[in-house]
Amino acid sequence: MADGTTFEYIVGHANYWLFSVLMMTGLYVVVARGNLVKKIVGLNMFQTSVFMLYISTGKITGGTAPIFPTDMKIDPAVVYSNPLPHVLILTAIVVGIATTALGLALIIRIREEYDTIEEDDILAAEKLMAAEDDKLHGESMGGRA
Amino acid sequence: MLVATALAIVRLRNLFAVAMLSGVFSLLSALLFVVLDAVDVAFTEAAVGAGISTVLVLGTLALTSRVEKPSSHSPALPLFVVFVTGAALIYGTLDMPNFGSADAPAMTHVAPDYLARTPEEIDVPNVVTAILASYRGYDTLGETAVVFTAGIGVLLLMSGLRRRREDGDDDDDDEDTEKDGGVY
Amino acid sequence: MRHHLILRVVTKLLVGSIILFAFYVQFHGDFSPGGGFQAGVIMAVAFILYGIVFGLGKAQAVFPPWVVHKMVALGVLIYAGTGVVSLLLGYGYLDYDAFAPHHPSHGQHYGILAVELGVGVTVTGVMVAVYYAFAARPARLSDEEW
Repeated sequence: MADGTTFEYIVGHANYWLFSVLMMTGLYVVVARGNLVKKIVGLNMFQTSVFMLYISTGKITGGTAPIFPTDMKIDPAVVYSNPLPHVLILTAIVVGIATTALGLALIIRIREEYDTIEEDDILAAEKLMAAEDDKLHGESMGGRA
Repeated sequence: MLVATALAIVRLRNLFAVAMLSGVFSLLSALLFVVLDAVDVAFTEAAVGAGISTVLVLGTLALTSRVEKPSSHSPALPLFVVFVTGAALIYGTLDMPNFGSADAPAMTHVAPDYLARTPEEIDVPNVVTAILASYRGYDTLGETAVVFTAGIGVLLLMSGLRRRREDGDDDDDDEDTEKDGGVY
Repeated sequence: MRHHLILRVVTKLLVGSIILFAFYVQFHGDFSPGGGFQAGVIMAVAFILYGIVFGLGKAQAVFPPWVVHKMVALGVLIYAGTGVVSLLLGYGYLDYDAFAPHHPSHGQHYGILAVELGVGVTVTGVMVAVYYAFAARPARLSDEEW
């Protein structure tokens, strides 16, 4: 591969790599952090980077936003970017905020049940509850659960 | 700048700052959408990400707690998973068409068709609206239904508890939760 | 909240223009960026801002929860109903040519307007309902702790 094409290739793909890095940052927050609110924020970052990936595939060099002049006299020389990804992502953003709200509502309910929003503490409380439950059932069944 | 904001979100323990930074992240990505010609999307992202979602996260923080506890796990395994996934993703992008090329597969199927037919069939200047409401009306109906369902879900989760609190039933027993769950 | 005089005055000025802007975005969505989703969110932001500054009670007096809850369902009904009407007129489901058979592109305009209205109503309803649900809870942190 000649030097010119390599450079072009790297510039042409840098956007995908940027979005991959952002996406992985989001994934890391979701996997590694125990706080549930932080997990939701990480999930949002992940989601936004997917949106950017979609929108960047719709971009055409030298193109403009896909809105015609109001008098509908369209200049054939003007290149418009691909409107289809825009439509998909537009609705996805609003659906995303609705599901985020659902997640946050779940977090508030969890806080009220367990009195914590840290994953470790929730697991500990679960274990304790399960042990108590086991004991209770075990006694009522004559020592064998 | 996006990456810097993202890294700051990872590092910070103060959830208030995290909420604010996620708003900043949304605004920056809205700017990026404008640069990429997606003005409708940028508009939505700015209104939703920087407006509503910050308010909702702050509302959640007011109802829960403000500071994140340090995690007890070592970050080695998550980091490993993240790097492997990231490497796989980047390997996948190697075959992608160059950014901004007009002959990419995404440009050659339905998109030019929509652009060519909208002026005669729909006669609406904003092609995004035309596709959203007309060509892909079913999709949008589905999305509206999803938003509707999520709203119902939040209402059920949040207002159901208020009723239980009024009953004075503060017992955190598992069986109680199940029994009450049937009422709402 | 008594003492935030500047905030209260600025909010009073802003809420009206935000609502106006939301209507502009809603009904001008065919010509400029915008549409039901954005308009719904902006409309909800106006009420949320009012609720934050003046307290939940005042906001709910202007925009009572039962109206909000009806709006959540009403928007989906408007959208789906548009499809049913076009079905009854002898066209396909959500085929907007039905609304002006002699001038299909006018029919498309009417159809898009109706559908976007449905989307806007639902999105406004859901966002405001979610905010009401979150704000109705007693906060665990006092103002000073922030």
